[in-house]
This record gives sequence, structure tokens and C-alpha cells, in this order.
Amino acid sequence: MSERAQRLIEYADDELVLGWRDSEWTGIAPFLEEDVAFSSIAQNEVGHARALYELAARDLGTTADELAFDRSPEEYRSSPFVEPRRLDWAETIARHVLYETADELRLEALKASDDEEVAGLAAKMDREEAYHRIHAQMWEERLREEPRFQAALDELWPAVVAVLPEELRPKLAERMNRELPSNTVLLSLERGNHAEEWPALWEEMTEVRRSVPGAAW
Amino acid sequence: MVTEQQVWDALREVEDPEIPVISVVDLGVVRDVRVDDGTVHVEFTPTFLGCPALEVMREQMAAKIEELGAEPEVEVILDDSWSTDRITPEGREKLRRSGFSPPAPREATTPKLVQLQSGAFRCPYCGSTETKLENIFGPTPCRSLRYCESCRQPFEQFKTI
Repeated sequence: MSERAQRLIEYADDELVLGWRDSEWTGIAPFLEEDVAFSSIAQNEVGHARALYELAARDLGTTADELAFDRSPEEYRSSPFVEPRRLDWAETIARHVLYETADELRLEALKASDDEEVAGLAAKMDREEAYHRIHAQMWEERLREEPRFQAALDELWPAVVAVLPEELRPKLAERMNRELPSNTVLLSLERGNHAEEWPALWEEMTEVRRSVPGAAW
Repeated sequence: MVTEQQVWDALREVEDPEIPVISVVDLGVVRDVRVDDGTVHVEFTPTFLGCPALEVMREQMAAKIEELGAEPEVEVILDDSWSTDRITPEGREKLRRSGFSPPAPREATTPKLVQLQSGAFRCPYCGSTETKLENIFGPTPCRSLRYCESCRQPFEQFKTI
């Protein structure tokens, strides 16, 4: 597989899995506005995953659906950071703030890419992600003094570092005003590892597709 | 043989399924139409990538072209060439009349919180700029919710992208 397809799939897997997790707040967020917000954010992330899979699928002679749902659990390249089910609101917001900050750096790098297709799609995604960043910022300001939120940021920090390619990590540390974790800490958080919840999530995500293989819906 | 003008006219009848007052042409999502013998090639630029209306629009455009007796080829363009600035003046007026506040112009940088909280957004009912942001997100990805302090009416504001 080309380096380009590999990178596109990694990114798409992150967006698909996080979108799935975000959608789990639909109907049970602390109040109605957040049901709406997280549903919309989830919809955007899954839309981004689809567009990224489509570019990769053209290179690989397959389809976005096949990439999204027909791989075995070990073949997914999603970061362990996006996989856990977070039912605590403070943890969810901490993950949202950290992911959007990291994602902005990833998009900036892709927008500057020589690959016009990738740069064009990244520019499109960035226009939508801007609203996720504003939403995350509003919540960060609201929860800044909350010990549970701060504890969640501390706990999740090493894992979000591993979302980014190595060259972007120092920038993330600078932006979050934190120290980069040691390589020993990062070892089990890098792509290729998966969170404990991953097999169950894979089962759930692919269940319908596996029930009637190859069906057109 | 079908002409490009006939295709544009036919596409003007394809509505956005989530905002039926506006057509795909008003919305500016048809970037190009090319007729090549019996094949009509359409370049279609998505609004929001996760918008479920896109598939419906694509199918309806293809059906309209088939009605003209031509073979449709709708290509989805995955780049930043669509912006809310591409909504036509007629389209903006149709939105406003239906209670949707049209999007503010795109700027070089992506929007910031301070802009969304500014007084630049006008109530589509009474025209007041005394409006406040209620929720960045709304019933579809392309809309935010605002509230008019003057006429006490909530309304939907198109996001700028």
C-alpha cells in the first residue's frame, strides 16, 4: 500500500471511530443543545471519514464502504485515543478539546501538502472543523476550573500525542503548553495498538454489513 | 441532442431535500455542466461532507438528465471549491423569506468564536441585529441556531464555509 493511502486510511479510521463515539451522546447529553451539537459533529466526522476513504479507495481499486466496514479488527489503523467509550461528560469534552487541537495541526500540514487532492480535501474539512474547534473552545472555557476536567486532560494527554505523526508532536505540546511524554509511555499508545474497547466497537460497527455481505442498501 | 442550457434549466428544478425552497443551482453546488454527445457530465461540489442530502441531490440530478434522454455522469468534487459565497443572490433571498438567515461572506481565515458572538447577524423576520448565538449546531450541519432579542424569535443561521 502506498504511503498516501496508508495516511488517508489512518486519518479516516480516526474520524470514523470518533464520529461513532460522538454519536453515542445523541439523546443522552447533559442537555438538548449538546444532543444536537454532538450529533452534528458526529455526522461531520463520519462525512470526513467517507471522503478520506474515497480518495484511498480510488488508489487501491476498492470502495469507501469496503474500507470502512470490511476489514478485520487488526487491519484498522485508528489511534487508541479515539476508541474508548467515554460516558463521563468531562472526559468527553477533554477528548474533544485535545482532538480538535491535534486535528487542526494535522489539517494545517495536509493543506500545505504538494498533493493537490489531499490539500484540497483538507481545506474543505478545515472549513467544517472550524466550528468543532469553536464548540470545544466554549466548553474548555466553561470547564477550565473543574478538577474532573483537568484530571481528564492530564490522563488523556499522552494518547493524543500519538494521534499525530512525529514531526507535528512538538507543535502540539507547545499549543497545549505541556511536556511531550517519553517514548516508553507512548509505546503502547501508538497506532497499531488498540484500546480495550476496540473489538466490541468493531463488532457493533460492522454488524449490519456482516449480516448480509455484499448487499446494496 | 441536449444543450448545456437545457441541462441547467432541468437542474433548476432539483431541490435541496432539506431546504426545498432552494434548488441545487441556487445553492451553487453545480460547478460545471459539459455535454459530450449523449453524455452529460456534471461537476457537483458537496456542501458539508457529511450531509445526507447530497446523495439525494446526486440521484435527482441524474434522474433529471435521464429525462432529457441523456446519460448522466455526476462527478463529486472533494475539494474546497464550494463555499456559502456560491449561493446565488436569488437563493439568498429565497432563504431569507423562508426564515433562514443567509450566511455571512467567507473570510480568508476560518470563523472564530468572537465573530459568531458579534452583532453581524440579522434576524430574517424583523431585520434586527440584536441577535445572539444559541447553538453553533442545528438541525443540519449547515445551520446554527440564533435568537432575536428584538422580536423574540429563534431562527436558523446558515454557517459560513
